[in-house]
Amino acid sequence: MEVFRRNGSLEITEIDPFLAELLRQIPPSTNPESIPAAEQRLFTSPAAPAEKELCAEWKLYVEPELRRHFQSATEVVSDDLRQLDQDEKSLANATLCIPHEHADAWLNTLNQARLAIAAKFDFTEAELSDHYHSPIGSRRDLSLFQVNFYGFLQEFILREMECSPPSSPNE
Amino acid sequence: MFTLPEIRSALETPAIAEETTTSESLDLPWNVIVHNDPVNLMSYVTMVFQRVFGYPREKAEMHMLEVHRKGRSILWTGVKERGELFVQQLHGYLLLATIERTQ
Repeated sequence: MEVFRRNGSLEITEIDPFLAELLRQIPPSTNPESIPAAEQRLFTSPAAPAEKELCAEWKLYVEPELRRHFQSATEVVSDDLRQLDQDEKSLANATLCIPHEHADAWLNTLNQARLAIAAKFDFTEAELSDHYHSPIGSRRDLSLFQVNFYGFLQEFILREMECSPPSSPNE
Repeated sequence: MFTLPEIRSALETPAIAEETTTSESLDLPWNVIVHNDPVNLMSYVTMVFQRVFGYPREKAEMHMLEVHRKGRSILWTGVKERGELFVQQLHGYLLLATIERTQ
């Protein structure tokens, strides 16, 4: 797999079937509804429990807005990932183009996915620092690889964005 | 018109019409705090601090390292409403952020 910048887009080329599947798993990995730990991590409290009024207002007004913001980013990524909807044989040479204006949505969605997976498996800081952990083994090993692979993509996108920073997502 | 004894008496023992206290919650500024999360990338956190607070890269990195090493960093101090908006933006980027009253 190679990643580089071309004509204002980020390109990931020579995606093999395994990595293509990991990429396809980004949007479903962001869904924390069935995993309380992930839900808790994605929607954390804005203040100590003693600030009851502030926390209640947040739950009522801000949290739905955050959900919409996350969902909207995930939809952008899902649309981009349709480029990988090919039959398995041709996936060896698949290429994924991420338009520069989608970079923020990708960063956000990758972060949602990484946080949700890490919360689900309760990875330790030491595990998360093990960037050479083999994906072969248990479901936990594969998920750790997934978190690190998504982190690698985030790093790449961030580096490319430094050339021409896009606007803030909440503006 | 007040008589001289009345004025003297008032000066010696001034009457307090109503005792009032200032609500500290209205006066004290609030801190916006970001807490450590080993999942969020250091480069990502730095970028978020630059975007949300408009900090130069060096200042954003300094706060990011403080979060990483000490577990938390006070990013901003000021009025509650503005602080809440910052926390909302930080949550939009999925950072662990809270707003707290200053001591």
